[in-house]
Amino acid sequence: MIRLENTSGGAIAAAISAERHRQGSPTTGMVLTMVILTDEEFQSDATSGAVFAARQHPMRIVTVIPRPGRGSHSLDAEIAVGGDDGPGEVAVLRLRGELADHADSVVIPLLLSDTPVVAFWPSHAPAVPAEDTIGRHAQRRITDSATSEDPLEELRRRGRGYRPGDTDLSWSRLTPWRSILATVFDQPMAPVTGCSITAEFNNPSATLLATWLEKTLNTTVEITSTDSPGIEAVVITIETGEIAITRADGRTATLSQTGAPDALISLPRRDLTTLLNEDLRRLDPDDVYGWVIRSYAGKST
Amino acid sequence: MPKTDYMNPLRDPEDQRLPRIAGPCALVLFGVTGDLSCKKVMPAIYDLANRGLLPPGFALVGFARRDWDHQDFAKVVHDAVKEHARTPFREETWNQLTAGIRFIDGDLTDPTAYQRIAEVLTDLDAQMGTRGNHAFYLSIPPGLFPAVLENLERSGLANSPTPTSWRRVVIEKPFGHDLKSAQELNKLVDTVFPSGSVFRIDHYLGKETVQNILAVRFANAMFEPLWNCNYVDNVQITMAEDIGIGGRAGYYDGIGAARDVIQNHLLQLLALTAMEEPLSFSADDVRAEKEKVLRAVSVPEDIGAHTSRGQYQAGWQGGIPVIGFLQESGIPADSTTDTFAAMRLNVENRRWAGVPFYLRTGKRLGRRVTEVAIVFKRAPHLPFSSSSVTELSNNALVFRIQPDEGVTVRFGSKVPDTNSIQVRDVTMDFQYGDSFVDTSPEAYERLILDVLLGDPPLFPRHQEVELSWEILDPILKYWESQGAPEQYASGGWGPTSSHEMIARDGRTWRRP
Repeated sequence: MIRLENTSGGAIAAAISAERHRQGSPTTGMVLTMVILTDEEFQSDATSGAVFAARQHPMRIVTVIPRPGRGSHSLDAEIAVGGDDGPGEVAVLRLRGELADHADSVVIPLLLSDTPVVAFWPSHAPAVPAEDTIGRHAQRRITDSATSEDPLEELRRRGRGYRPGDTDLSWSRLTPWRSILATVFDQPMAPVTGCSITAEFNNPSATLLATWLEKTLNTTVEITSTDSPGIEAVVITIETGEIAITRADGRTATLSQTGAPDALISLPRRDLTTLLNEDLRRLDPDDVYGWVIRSYAGKST
Repeated sequence: MPKTDYMNPLRDPEDQRLPRIAGPCALVLFGVTGDLSCKKVMPAIYDLANRGLLPPGFALVGFARRDWDHQDFAKVVHDAVKEHARTPFREETWNQLTAGIRFIDGDLTDPTAYQRIAEVLTDLDAQMGTRGNHAFYLSIPPGLFPAVLENLERSGLANSPTPTSWRRVVIEKPFGHDLKSAQELNKLVDTVFPSGSVFRIDHYLGKETVQNILAVRFANAMFEPLWNCNYVDNVQITMAEDIGIGGRAGYYDGIGAARDVIQNHLLQLLALTAMEEPLSFSADDVRAEKEKVLRAVSVPEDIGAHTSRGQYQAGWQGGIPVIGFLQESGIPADSTTDTFAAMRLNVENRRWAGVPFYLRTGKRLGRRVTEVAIVFKRAPHLPFSSSSVTELSNNALVFRIQPDEGVTVRFGSKVPDTNSIQVRDVTMDFQYGDSFVDTSPEAYERLILDVLLGDPPLFPRHQEVELSWEILDPILKYWESQGAPEQYASGGWGPTSSHEMIARDGRTWRRP
């Protein structure tokens, strides 16, 4: 790792390039730049989650930690290139003093040319990410409502501030549940009469799942709270019986359908790397997330 | 409920996140004790389950002549998965799989064994909810195909009882050993299963880099304009192995390199490289173009001058002493089987008029590599002194299929120097990335999933197989009349005749 103190965006870019040359591989196949906007509390987990995701999506990771204060402005950087953690490049930047308000001036020279930019706020995302000074350079803007103190209010903010290209990790966490449900409905199914979800109190993923199911199945969905982690069960009643997916331990779920034998499904909770990998696979707007989040915000205001 | 009227309300073409997951089904694996089953098929099934791409109602039925119960077989699968799976072992995934694992002890030629398969499948429909969807994977020597297919037919296993359930059969190469045997095999398979239910696995077609040939050609503006006889001098398709035949003497003797590799892998690579743009990427459109170009392939009149074959000799390879082909156990001392085969083919159409396609494959060569190299013509005029360009060779675009998957472009560039212009070859390289590779799916995962989904684009149709044999048959016949193949040194790039063959056209092989 290289430490640079009191430096500039251009000097950091030059240092990354020099380190690449020193390792004998001046050109790289980086596919995107990810800018992580975070505070000290979340920076370490977010950066290492992204570093692992760089194994599937070779990328430059720029972690920006604003440290506003009255002291003089300065920029410190820690740089790591290649190595055992994967092919990515990582720059962790601390912006002190007045500079904290001008993160874009530091980040712009560090964006790889002509490749997509992804902005990621592990917590405390702005009301309209697409209008943020850094968010406006990004094709994909990733937020995480689950880290908010009031996740459901945070979801409403996301819906109100939605622009195509936004996604939220509480939506990515749902993909395995949605996949199983979609697979069950690949078989011809009798009309749906109702649906209920059991989930951890205030779980934003459960709320998005309910919104999605209400629209697609054209039914009402009831959410009940429980102590289990994440989503515990989804029960859909149809005219001829019931479909239930139950996951008590956060790892393996049971699928029960009237008239069919029970089946076990591996349904582990997903770590940050898995979520980022999924989000980075496609960088065009996630339209389904778009209508789900907006319809939730519209419904509850 | 009629199937045609039903639309899944939860599927939305705009939904980028939901993967294609196979429907409920049982996969019956014949030949579970074979190398391929343990190293490729069973690990691929686990990896699919681990990625969440197998349905809750999935069953794996093993069939072999072994005194095993279901648990014993589950243990075999478990060990194969632990050793060879690409994704990490997870207890939850294993528990999901193991509930549907069954084993049937029986002889492939014994009709009563097929009754037992039918009973187990019926039970699985009830216990696992596999809904009468059954795929039969024949990982067995081709000599046993007729017996198995007839038994599947006679026992009624090949016919689905309801219009909503399906039956599919998967067969592995070799698809015959000449045109006649391939036609017989196709006829036999087609009488038992409808042609849309037959999946011929050529695992090369499941590789990301092979699919990438079409993406690079047809998704970009900058390559296709050069993709013809105005700019291309020749095309070289190489699949080199550094290993010998290992323990596969029984399979390999009498088959040889041309039948084992050129008939399927290399001619498929040729077809993808040379074909015209398909109307769409649907199975039928892609196959139509592949068939067209295979039909346009012609074999040189003087086969002796434009082909080469050889057998590896004892020698050294990569610092290790190795034995020759004729000394391998199980190989007769007078075997004329080729372990190296090379040939020049022509594609008789306007795009490729006069552009030779050189194909070569062999065992015990310099290193393990598969690549397709498009070698371009030299620039029509070089405004430099001849001494400036002595180090400049033909431009080339190379698809590296394995290892180090990627694409390389070779072109000339000025050597930095103050007092003269000197042009030298440099390369521009796209790598799928070192760490990309361990997370990109194995070819078998892709292909098995496609079988379970009933998605056929990546499987050769029987017409393609027969066309390939039509190309190869005259060459094989000529070789048969020529006695013993030439011996070549292990660890090099094949027999002298291979280098002479290409030198006759005024060209040289690339060192891959």
